This record gives sequence, C-alpha cells and structure tokens, in this order.
Amino acid sequence: MSERTDNYLRIARDGLWDNNGVFAMLLGMCPSMAMTTSATNGLGMGLATAVVMAASSLLVAVSRHWITQQIRIPVFILIVAAMVTLVDITMNAWMHELYKVLGLFIPLIVSNCLPLARLEAFAAKEPPLPAFLDGAFMGLGFTLALTLIGAVREILGAGTLFADASLLLGPGFHFMELRLLPATANVLVMVLPPGGFLVTGALIILKRAIDLRRGKAIQMAGAHCV
Amino acid sequence: MNILSNSRHAWILGAFCLVFALVLALTHQVAASDIEARAQEDRMRSLEQVLPADMHDNDILSDTLDLADGEGKPRTVFVARRGGAVSGAAFQVQSPGYAGPIRLMMGVQPDGRIIGVRVLAHKETPGLGDRIEVKKGDWILRFSGLSLDKPAERGWRVKKDGGDFDQFAGATITPRAVVRAVHEGLRFFAANRDRILASPAMLAKGETP
Repeated sequence: MSERTDNYLRIARDGLWDNNGVFAMLLGMCPSMAMTTSATNGLGMGLATAVVMAASSLLVAVSRHWITQQIRIPVFILIVAAMVTLVDITMNAWMHELYKVLGLFIPLIVSNCLPLARLEAFAAKEPPLPAFLDGAFMGLGFTLALTLIGAVREILGAGTLFADASLLLGPGFHFMELRLLPATANVLVMVLPPGGFLVTGALIILKRAIDLRRGKAIQMAGAHCV
Repeated sequence: MNILSNSRHAWILGAFCLVFALVLALTHQVAASDIEARAQEDRMRSLEQVLPADMHDNDILSDTLDLADGEGKPRTVFVARRGGAVSGAAFQVQSPGYAGPIRLMMGVQPDGRIIGVRVLAHKETPGLGDRIEVKKGDWILRFSGLSLDKPAERGWRVKKDGGDFDQFAGATITPRAVVRAVHEGLRFFAANRDRILASPAMLAKGETP
C-alpha cells in the first residue's frame, strides 16, 4: 500500500472513529443533543453538516495560500456561512421535499464548531484532496454519532427506530421504519433534553471502553466551544 | 512596512467577502423564482387539504378576503366558489402550544361545519406533541364535520378539562391549544359568515369574467 492511500485510510479512520467529532473531540455538542430526538433527525442533520464540511474544507485548502494567519478565523466563518447559505438556497429551490424535512437544521450548521475546528486544524495546512476527504469523513463520523444518539433516544423514548425515514430519504425507505417497543413502554425523558445528555454521555463512555479494551490510548482533544 | 502588511490582510478579507457575496447573490438570483414557485405550491397544497379541489372552480389563492379576527388582528380568508356561489372558506388560526405558536389552516363549509384542519407549523416536542400532524397521527382528522353546536360549547375542550377531545399520553397542552384554536376559528367564521358568503369573487390576474 502506498503511503498516500495509507494516509487517506488514516483520515477516514480518524473521522469515523478514532478522532470522532462528537465522541472523541466533544465538538458540535449543541446539534448532537438538540437534533437527535430520532435517528432520522440525527441522520438528516449529520448529512447536511457533512456536505457543508466537505465543501468548505475543499475551498479553504484551495485558497490556503491567500488566507493569512491574521484573518483566517473571519475567512473560515465566511466560507462556512456561505456554504450553508448556498446549500439552503439550492435545496429550497430544487430539492424542496428534502428541504422541508432538513430546512430546520441547515442554518444551525453555522453555529456548529466542528467544521471550524477542522478547517483550522486540517484544511488550512493540507492540499485540497486530503482536506476534502477530512471534511467528508469528519462529517460522516458526525452523521454516524448523531444517528447513533438519535437511534438510542428514539428506541428508549418512543419505541420506534427511523420513524419517518421515508420523508427524509424517499418512499423506498419505508422498510427502515420499525416499531421495536409497544407505544406504552416509553421512557419519555429520553426524547426530552435530559435524554440527550444521558445518551451522549453513555455513548462516550462506551466508545472509550471499546478503545481501552483494544489497547488504544484514549484520544482526547480539548473542546472549547459547543 | 507594518501598515502595508496590515492593509494587505484587509484587502484579502475584502476580496473573500466580495467573491462570496457575488456567488450568493448570483445563486439567489437564479433560485428566487423557483423558491417562490415552491412556496406557492406549498400554500396551495395546504389549502387543497382543507378545501378539496372538487369543491371549487376558482383560484383560491387569489380569491381572498381580508377580515379582522376577534382581537382585531388581520386574517386572510381564502374563499372557494363553485359556479359563482361560495362553497367554502379557509383561514389560518393559531394558539400558543407547549413551545411556541401552533399555526393551523382550517376549512369551513358555508353552513359552519368543518371540512378539515391541518397543522401548518409548530415546534411541539417530537414524538409527543407532533402527533397533531396528519402524517404522524389521525387525531387532527377528528375535527372534520364538527361545528359550533356539535359538540356544544362545553365539549370544545380536551377530556382532561371535561370536554370531548382526547389528549395524548404525555401531552395535554398541545391538543388543548389546537382545540382552542379551532373553536376560535369557528366563532370567527360564525361572526363573519354573512360577509364571507356575500363577498364578490376576485379574479385571478389576467382572467376575464
């Protein structure tokens, strides 16, 4: 395996698991708790974020030689906000059914600091292709985390899994919509805000336990924003 | 030298702003008419649910009447006509729910019976209060056919308050707000019934009598 593909695999593994935005870096905590009342919501928010992250990482990497140290933060915010607005306008006009489901989440991506953190830590120093991959895989890792949190909360809180997935993904995905527990067996608190904290905390513990068992050092990056 | 390099940063930042402003303005320009068309379709679709297409032969989006609700706030009434006679009316009602206002569209027949009620927008708790949406439960369909005297005044409450309407397990405030809004809508229609039925037809742009 060449060094280059090795490097790309490393980026993918970092984004999806080792350095996962939510479970390892503890970034983007606000959407990961506020938007995960169901697995479908988590998936939608995650995918929208992944698109924005991949696009803005690519843009920052392409223009990294012009972005000087002093103005990098405003430029990063400008790029993320512009990408979010572009996605918002485009989806509203030409993917309207999807927009009606996701529209609520899209503006919130600007206030997520995971994209900003990846631009600063990775895209600003790397060539376009690795930066694009980093944005995409960090975004997919974020999607994975949000879908997982949403799934646990939805199963415990509502007894269903992927309810209304067909509204997000199209009518072909009706088969994903499952009812696992009877409607009366719900732990309501799980879909309410405290459930977000409980489930996110429990899943972080679980990830660390798995990493410890596999003999890996726990990766811990400081989180300074939500 | 220092001043020069400082102004260089400003120029670069300004250039980025300019480029992205242009890109966004261009996208907006291209998409604006499509976005307006989608919004129009959405409005039409929510109206069609409470004023079915076979009930009217006019353009209900442009055949409107501006009235004032019980508190004097403006309320637009969409009038459905068939063969020139008023066959129904639809309007928005709203009431504060558990989290923010719940906006509903309701359609009423000329005799004051409800054709249907649909939720336009709400911020109720997912999995609890959102069962008022027709795609998540059939509770909202229960209003069809009801009127001010069916049930009587006392019945226009949720069961917990001694009325006729079921609340949801874990959510009483949401159905209570919807029942209150629909009841208010019926009273609004009763108070303005004569004006709505006597309203002259408004023609869509470009249409001739």
